[in-house]
Amino acid sequence: MRDTILEDTEAGNGDTTSKFGMWLFLFTELFLFVVLFFVFLSYRASYPEGFHHASIRLNGVIATANTFILLTSSFAVAISIVAIRKGHKRVTIWALIVTIALGVLFLVMKGFEWREKIEHGIYPTAKGLSGLGEGENLFYGLYYLMTGLHALHVIGGIVLLFVMLCFVGNGRVSRGSYGALENSALYWHLVDIIWIYLFSFFYLVS
Amino acid sequence: MSDEYYREEVSGAAPVTGFYDSSGRRAGFTPWLLSWIFSLDHKRIAILYLVSTLSFFAVGVSLGFLIRLELIAPGATIVDARTYNAFFTLHGVIMIFLFIIPVTTGVFGNFLLPIQIGAKDMAFPRLNLLSWWFYIIGAALVLLSLFTGDGLPDTGWTFYVPYSLKTAADISLTAFALFILGFSSILTGINFVTTVHKLRAPGMRWHRLPLFVWSIYSTAWILVIATPVLGMTLLLVIAERTLGLGIFDPVRGGDPILYQHLFWIYSHPAVYVMILPGMGIVAEIIPVFTRRVIFGYRAIAYSSVMIAVVGSMVWGHHMFVSGFSKTAAFVFSLFTFLVAIPSAIKVFNWISSLYRGSIVLEAPFLLALVFIFQFTVGGLTGLILGTLSVDVHLHDTTFVVGHFHYMKFGGGGFAFFAGLHYWFPKIFGRMYIKRYANIAVAFLFVGFNTLYFPMLVMGYKGMPRRYFDYLPEFQLYHVVSTVGSWILITGLIIMFVNLIYSIRRGEKAGANPWGGATIEWQTTSPPPVLNFVDPPVVDRGPYDYR
Repeated sequence: MRDTILEDTEAGNGDTTSKFGMWLFLFTELFLFVVLFFVFLSYRASYPEGFHHASIRLNGVIATANTFILLTSSFAVAISIVAIRKGHKRVTIWALIVTIALGVLFLVMKGFEWREKIEHGIYPTAKGLSGLGEGENLFYGLYYLMTGLHALHVIGGIVLLFVMLCFVGNGRVSRGSYGALENSALYWHLVDIIWIYLFSFFYLVS
Repeated sequence: MSDEYYREEVSGAAPVTGFYDSSGRRAGFTPWLLSWIFSLDHKRIAILYLVSTLSFFAVGVSLGFLIRLELIAPGATIVDARTYNAFFTLHGVIMIFLFIIPVTTGVFGNFLLPIQIGAKDMAFPRLNLLSWWFYIIGAALVLLSLFTGDGLPDTGWTFYVPYSLKTAADISLTAFALFILGFSSILTGINFVTTVHKLRAPGMRWHRLPLFVWSIYSTAWILVIATPVLGMTLLLVIAERTLGLGIFDPVRGGDPILYQHLFWIYSHPAVYVMILPGMGIVAEIIPVFTRRVIFGYRAIAYSSVMIAVVGSMVWGHHMFVSGFSKTAAFVFSLFTFLVAIPSAIKVFNWISSLYRGSIVLEAPFLLALVFIFQFTVGGLTGLILGTLSVDVHLHDTTFVVGHFHYMKFGGGGFAFFAGLHYWFPKIFGRMYIKRYANIAVAFLFVGFNTLYFPMLVMGYKGMPRRYFDYLPEFQLYHVVSTVGSWILITGLIIMFVNLIYSIRRGEKAGANPWGGATIEWQTTSPPPVLNFVDPPVVDRGPYDYR
């Protein structure tokens, strides 16, 4: 009963209303990272040398592969939207499974990259970190902070998409109402976009 | 619970009653409590905010009272210096994050925004409830953080590094609590913006929105844009304390000034979160009690938006003496002066609205007048502080404390009281005792100015803020100020006793006791569950009296 009333509340434009709210939420998420971009760029301006040296020591191969993985996963989630719009439930489910699998793969690769750094004694609170050149410790500090926060968002996105997978399975998300899936896909795209920025900042601009 | 509650109202089994007359109360205490704390009705959520924010207000007032009592004589009077530091920190954190930021949006924003635009509820009722729960969780964590550290938080409400990284108090937990409170603000902001865009009743065009809606709408945008910055800044403090990345540590190449930038990028817009809704309340009250259309509707509406925009670019004026380039200081000073323009537009329009009106002196209107006076004092002292050369002299003195309280308490707080007296009959369906309300206003006005005006004077003469001890030459001002705090608290007690008594025992108010023209007065007092029995008719502006 409550649900009918609430839908009534969002009379006639429930889907556009929730999407409007979702966009606002995505902006707030973006601003969260913009603060860190601001911090990163201001220190990069202060210590161009240190940031350069630190950057070339990161593993660019894994990061590049990860970029392709995330972009592909975004493509997969887009397919799931097209599929549900046309009512192909099986395709939707498989597209979501692929998206989630790629998301997990991204995290695993990220884990390997972190482990490699940690084995070299580069991690926050490590003694060796303060012995690095000027600005390098800041670079690695921000590296762990920003990629770590991004990884949390990836995990959040995976959980969200998993819930959507269940909803598609039991029919709560279907051809008739797929607003929740669309919003989850939007969130996944945001995670992707933020990674593009992180990739450029940490690996490309050196 | 809320399911039954909705069903009862909608099926028509019960007559249309006020939103808080549920069957739950007959069923016992627990179901009654659950029907409140899990309610999706925006009006009930507003009442939840009212009770919770005012509880913390009482705590904050008590701490303020103790601070003033300590300062009545030089040296240790009632507590030692460390406890005093904790007092002003907690007073600041509680009053800012648990009272003045959430209170007006949480209470009147929630209660009135949907009604004033003719909607049945918020765009996202569940998110709305979640906002309140985040608020409660954040508040609980703030309280918990008092006991988990070695000593009470003693950094001041600004958490400036490096001290906040070094103190033994559990600042990480306090910061995390504020992060959660920030989430509450963000969700509220998203909900309000979406509601205004999507749920306006037929005929409710943008230029027919009541001015309170305009101010809440601007506030909601600030919440959405600025709060993530605070969240991230606090996460950085937590990361520094736990991981030691060195981002704010000059020894390792970091920059403590960066913290101040990040903090004020949020916290300056946040002071507009504290004052903008109050301006909206005053703009609602003035036309009703002068019986004429408000002067310069569009100017007032757009100036709210302009304050939100320009106010986001002035954070540097908190840092004039922290050390940054002269160009930056000049630009921030300039923008600070520019914010005065939309603020002055509002003041001039309010005052112009009094001209040739048929003024009715009731408590809400008196409080609105007090607001205009105190807000003007706060605004003008703000311009003094925004002047580069003068700020060097006045920075970190009680002049700043006085200015801030004139704006936030004398402005935002008094506007909230004005709104409370204005919408009380709408919310509870009963009228308070007007005589006592007027007496309370007199006490509040005298007490407030006795309390804070000496701060402006002694600050100008060199009394630093946050100091535990002071030179004997300042004692007179401190004594006057402390006496003022007693008068103010007397006023608060009279006001709240009167209001609380009248919730049950006041006279029935009727749908429109003040003769207001905005559409919340078209519905019954208190409003029914979905706000309107008949769809509201919007065929004219909000202040067009017939």
